[in-house]
Amino acid sequence: MRRSRSVLAGGVLALAAAFLVFAPLGLKPYGIFILSMWAVMTIAAIGLNLTLGYAGQISLAQAAFVGIGAYITAYLTTKGWPFWSTYLFGGASCFAIGWLLGYPALRVQHHYLAFVTLAFNTLVYLIFRNEEWLTGGIYGISNVPRPSVLGWSMNGAREFYYFCLAHLALVSAATWWLTRSPWGLAFVALRENPIRALSLGVDTRRYTLMAFALGAGLGGISGALYAPLVQFIDPTPFALGLSLNLLLMVVLGGSGYFFGPFLGAIVAVLLPEWLRFTQGFYLMGYAVLVMIMMAFSPGGLLGLADRLTRPAPRTGTGAVAGSPEAARSEGAG
Amino acid sequence: MADILQLLVAGLATGGIYALVAVGFTLLWQTSQTINFAQGEFVMLPAFFVLIGMSYFGLPFWPAVALGGVVSVVVLGLAFKRLMVDPMIRHGVLPLVIATIGLAILMKEAVREFYGADAWPFPALGATTDVTVFGAVFDVQSLLILAICIAVVVALQLFLGGTVTGRCMQATAQNPTVARLLGIRVERMILYTFLINAALVWVASLLITPIYLAKFTNGEWLGLYAFIAAIIGGFNQARGAIAGGLLLGVVDNFAAAYISSQYRTAIPLLILIVVILFRPQGMFGRIEERTV
Amino acid sequence: MRRSKFVLAFATLMLLSGAAAADVKFAYVGEISGSIAVSGGNFRDGAVLAVEEVNAKGGILKQKIVLTLYDTQTNPGVARSQMQKAIDGEPYVILGPIFSGNVKVTMQMVQQAEIPDFIGGEAAELTTLGSTYLFRTSFGQQIGMPKIANYIRDELKAKTIALIWVNNDFGKGGRDKLIKELTARNIKLVADVSTESGQVDFAADVVKLKAANADAVFVYSNEEECARIMREARKQGLKGPFVGDTTLLSQKTIELAADAANGVVGHVGLTADAPIPAVAAFAARFQKRFNYKPDHNGIKGYTAVYAVKFVTEKKLGKFDRKGLAKTMHGLTITPQDEPGILMETTWDNAGEIDRISFLAEVVNGKQNISKVLPKLGK
Repeated sequence: MRRSRSVLAGGVLALAAAFLVFAPLGLKPYGIFILSMWAVMTIAAIGLNLTLGYAGQISLAQAAFVGIGAYITAYLTTKGWPFWSTYLFGGASCFAIGWLLGYPALRVQHHYLAFVTLAFNTLVYLIFRNEEWLTGGIYGISNVPRPSVLGWSMNGAREFYYFCLAHLALVSAATWWLTRSPWGLAFVALRENPIRALSLGVDTRRYTLMAFALGAGLGGISGALYAPLVQFIDPTPFALGLSLNLLLMVVLGGSGYFFGPFLGAIVAVLLPEWLRFTQGFYLMGYAVLVMIMMAFSPGGLLGLADRLTRPAPRTGTGAVAGSPEAARSEGAG
Repeated sequence: MADILQLLVAGLATGGIYALVAVGFTLLWQTSQTINFAQGEFVMLPAFFVLIGMSYFGLPFWPAVALGGVVSVVVLGLAFKRLMVDPMIRHGVLPLVIATIGLAILMKEAVREFYGADAWPFPALGATTDVTVFGAVFDVQSLLILAICIAVVVALQLFLGGTVTGRCMQATAQNPTVARLLGIRVERMILYTFLINAALVWVASLLITPIYLAKFTNGEWLGLYAFIAAIIGGFNQARGAIAGGLLLGVVDNFAAAYISSQYRTAIPLLILIVVILFRPQGMFGRIEERTV
Repeated sequence: MRRSKFVLAFATLMLLSGAAAADVKFAYVGEISGSIAVSGGNFRDGAVLAVEEVNAKGGILKQKIVLTLYDTQTNPGVARSQMQKAIDGEPYVILGPIFSGNVKVTMQMVQQAEIPDFIGGEAAELTTLGSTYLFRTSFGQQIGMPKIANYIRDELKAKTIALIWVNNDFGKGGRDKLIKELTARNIKLVADVSTESGQVDFAADVVKLKAANADAVFVYSNEEECARIMREARKQGLKGPFVGDTTLLSQKTIELAADAANGVVGHVGLTADAPIPAVAAFAARFQKRFNYKPDHNGIKGYTAVYAVKFVTEKKLGKFDRKGLAKTMHGLTITPQDEPGILMETTWDNAGEIDRISFLAEVVNGKQNISKVLPKLGK
């Protein structure tokens, strides 16, 4: 039974990977743009998943980090800096800011953290909007160029999509390695039972902070890709709405599951486009979906899939690789 | 001087409304660990119930107001508790928070889709005249709002402290397990807090919509300010929510007038951050014990 | 009420049902939902009315117009994706966006695709960014503001101004332009109060305006906020005169502010109340079709479609996007040439528009035109 579940999961993954690689060949620029947006948002959601899903901290500041990364990239690339330097700079800055923000903020309980991060997000938005000398203010930064890799220009929709996809693959690989590492297990220990983790000698402060800062850094990288994707940066996208949207993505997909963000981003980015003919009703349908999901499967879509495909309890947990249960059973050992 | 008085009164009036909304929010949290992210939309909605009563059912204003009140209590109190909170609360706080975020979106979009995206005028509860005191012009509206808020809050405090039911509700808030042991019908007490919250947001809606105009986006900032008021005042004390609301209204107005107007909304947020980091229990709250 | 939604579905069905192989595609990429849904809706309905009228008379060069709607949700990220979708559909022309931020984010794409775009945005900088395919349907702020600055100097004879404005690119653009014009005329700005889009509580802002004690107060915000500002101003006894541009005097503002709007004056680029028979007739047809009175955005959408019709039929004789754009530069269309243009309109090489405009005053809940201002170019 366990083998057939893994086979099923592997099959789905293979199909998805094939789709991601070959679909752009048959899609119009609009479709490719949407897929690129999905990839970029997934990176931000992966970051938030680290913070929320693995370390159990509610952060409503992810949009601010995406914004900081986007503005840094937009500002520097329009001044002629090469792209790779801007996103390293953006990611590192966001990591640092995340660390600085988290240091005092993580002392408080979960629901308070939500409000602190909410306030931080809005403050950052206000700075983006008011400080015209730095960010272009309400007028924003236009004509953000797309990068070129080894002489190859990424200007075309298809080329830039593969660029984003490559980044997503890199980020996924890095995160996978992280969650399998001792650090990842420490994160999970934090989430499941912080007091027990403390008693076992895990420095909860340090690891929580690390998860939060890493999540922020990934947000910055996502922003660094967002800027050349949309090619015009203004403060509007980075307000609280995006933070809430990212939170919804992570929870809907399955908080704490490795592939949760991917699924959640599909629902949040791709579904609206497909459902656009329903206009106003799409948002309502989305909201109802969220509420029903929370009532019946707080583990999100992957949690639901997990439960549906779970075999009758026997020896062994039958956990799917990448799920909280797997990590838990590995970590408890 | 006249200006300062005017700002003070205007701030207290808005603050009174924040207080009403924050009190309801705090009550929900205290008794059932519900963080209602849709509280702002809860305040936006009753005005539309009233408007629908007037335009679709042709009711005159006051009967429509009463209808709005009944519908609010049923939908935002009873239905909210039974259909949303009860099934989800066993999963923990976070799923319910997410679900209320979804609920907020649903309410906003439903109003926009089925009623319209515009802003509509809403009749004021009392006279819209002015009165001049010490050279400062106050409008009767602001004074009326302040008076009503104070009256409602006082009534609530009397109810909670003076009646048996009220004291049972307080007991439920402080320690549900012990309350149950003492024979208090905890479920019913929790239901009462939801009904009271629905009534409070109905009153707040009637007071604020004449100024804000009825629009589907009304809930956004209002909800945020209610949270800030509740936290500044003290998340686990109704008294705190009241003080927090009034303080927030006044500070916001003065900050907007005398400090930068571009960063106006930053001031309450900064206060929020400072309060959470240095005194998370707020001005009047008790320190929350950690459950192991 | 959502009547316009059913009307829209009906209109689209009607348009689609007539779709044959030889049809010309128009795309409307605008704000159907989101914070300026009212403006975007007006623009769309004006365009829909024009399309229906043109199709009833046989279309453009015997081809019926098929109008597809795309909603930007007043959000630049969505605008970009929707514009991309629209461009993929290879329309002949694009109408909208109205929200200036959305225009900025989609300008580059439209330029690259070489599709003429008739925008509703009024932010000043839109015609300064080098696009050769962008055409306004109403004044940029750099045209409107000099006119109103002249009015302030000559008629109001005000030496000091207190300004309250909404902090988005529409409001800020207007503020920047106005300050420039006022400074050039030696009028001092004694208060510069910024407000948030969607703001509801203006008590503190009006206090600041009062403290400034200016000769006149300039209000530049969206319709709802203008209404709220005026109510608060009357409440606190802020003394006028109150001056504005278009939004302060629009139908919606008057409706929402009730008595508080009486007495405000201002410059109006486009209005359904213009003392021009063609405009009044249009307003009546619009009212009949959609059950509400159009605002200036309705006129914008309507005239855009007719401009395209005129140039394509009378100047080009064929469907040629590049040719259309080239011909538009420096073109003047009079109502004699094309009645659907309603008022004589000139476009310059940057796509900027020039028309007569009006000075108006709100009297007893109605917008009264007090003066007609000539085109700048005359």
